[in-house]
Amino acid sequence: MTTVAAPAALRRRPAPRWHLYALAVVISLFILVPIYLIAVAAFTPRAVLNGFPKPVVPVAVSIDTMQAFLNTRGVGQSVINSLIVGLLTLVMSTVLGAPAGYALARFAFRGRDAFQLLILMTRAFPIAILAVPLTVTFITWGLYDTLPAVALVHTALALPTTVLITASIFISVPVDLEEAALTLGCTPLGAFTRVALPLALPGLAAASIFTFVLSWNEVFASVILTVSNRTLPAQVLSSLGDSPLAYRFAGGFALILPALVFIFFIRRYLFNMWGRVVR
Amino acid sequence: MQGEVAQRERSALLGDTAAPLARRGRRIPIIPYALLAPTVLFLLVFFAWPMIQALVLAFQGADGAWSLAAVERMTGDLRFGDAVKTTLIFAAVVIPLQTVLAIGMALLLMSNLRGAGFFLYLWAIPLGISDLASGVVWLSIFTDRGYINSLLVGLGLSDAGYPFLSYENPLSLFLCAAIAELWRATSIVMVIVLSGLQVIPKDYGEAAEVFGATAWQRFRHVTLPMLRPSLQVALILRTILAFQVFAVVIALAGRQLPVLAEEAYHFYYDIRSPNVAAAYALLIMALSLVFTAIYLRVLRVRDAELGRGR
Repeated sequence: MTTVAAPAALRRRPAPRWHLYALAVVISLFILVPIYLIAVAAFTPRAVLNGFPKPVVPVAVSIDTMQAFLNTRGVGQSVINSLIVGLLTLVMSTVLGAPAGYALARFAFRGRDAFQLLILMTRAFPIAILAVPLTVTFITWGLYDTLPAVALVHTALALPTTVLITASIFISVPVDLEEAALTLGCTPLGAFTRVALPLALPGLAAASIFTFVLSWNEVFASVILTVSNRTLPAQVLSSLGDSPLAYRFAGGFALILPALVFIFFIRRYLFNMWGRVVR
Repeated sequence: MQGEVAQRERSALLGDTAAPLARRGRRIPIIPYALLAPTVLFLLVFFAWPMIQALVLAFQGADGAWSLAAVERMTGDLRFGDAVKTTLIFAAVVIPLQTVLAIGMALLLMSNLRGAGFFLYLWAIPLGISDLASGVVWLSIFTDRGYINSLLVGLGLSDAGYPFLSYENPLSLFLCAAIAELWRATSIVMVIVLSGLQVIPKDYGEAAEVFGATAWQRFRHVTLPMLRPSLQVALILRTILAFQVFAVVIALAGRQLPVLAEEAYHFYYDIRSPNVAAAYALLIMALSLVFTAIYLRVLRVRDAELGRGR
């Protein structure tokens, strides 16, 4: 993974170390305690949850609150919808973006800088907001209030990042190996599928997971583009105003759960995603 | 290893060296264009076109004729001024705090802490958390009968708790939303800053130290200038996201704290006026472009400074 080099000064005359650890622990608590609290809220029986003052440690664990949330009309379907939109987004952005990333990583060609500028521009742009004008287009296309419509906007959102991530992943696959395959009689396509692709696969998988999480979390475009076919965040958002707190807490926890799992899997690739930036 | 890869990558991405495969002339030049075409086409349809559509919608009346009605309705709305003000102040409060916190976290991870990998994982968790989820999480904490008030009452510090999220306390409402954003979106800045720190050559700091620079001077005059490209990226990304702030505010405050994206949503859904919603969308885009341009200008990266000599 990444080797974190220490500044010279710290190696020679160590600062009071406990002090740094204390700081690290405080920051960790700031991040973890709210997650812990929402988990407690989601798995506390309703009677306890409605009590006041609320216990900060779980006094009784029950899946009633969570179950009630998942059984609420529309919630189960919205979870399925979110999964479908996430998968559609993942497939579309990988199929469209990975070739572009490969091209950036391996070829010198005219217009390359212009393309990079385009990618950068889209990244510096509130793409989700574009859902508002897109509604008009989707209504004419008969796509309004459908899952593919949401997936298309999510793809636009994910695509620039997918291109940059895949570019950085293919750059980390040594080009010599591909050239060796070419010398040994592989076609360029063969060299790609048999040599570069398998080596890039773990990174590409991490990029896909990232895309999925992005789609799973996106709420503005989802809520603008759908009326009845809600994704989970859209469902939770649109019922915020008139739902009991228990429902909201259970919804919050359901939204966070995949994040915890996914970040665990992609943690090695965090720097491929955000670190390497094309300028 | 990391640095080496990054170096190679940067030079490749910047086009400093021709990519080897192409140089050997084994590939026909049409291939890269064929590989880029799907992405370019897709972005034209779902990025360039809706931008034009937004312009058209915002300057059309409900009947389709050109008019300034939508824009006038937006600027004339009672909540418009507040929404602009809140969105801008929100960004102005959250982003600097976030940047400082993220730089601190990244430096901490770089200081040879044992278990730095573990801390990095923990601190990266919010990367996967949505603004809506973050709003709900902090709702459980700040709501009238939430965890903070439970704690205050439980410890006997208050009789019935403090109404953090009441419309009568706009300041605390604003601060609660800011804390939720700080909690959720500092990770992304940290990851960008951290990867920026990793490509700074160690010798620079060591050289400064030889000449007697203090830790602060080294940070101020060596690390910080070298971090400029990363900071530029992080600030642009965060500012654009901050101008779209939406779900976290709705989850915590309902309609009591007006922000631009929420007004767009409100006009689209409750008022059923896509034209006014598009005018808001256009305003958010314009703000994003202006601030991106400012960042690009102010945090301009001079190649000579980075020793690239191009």
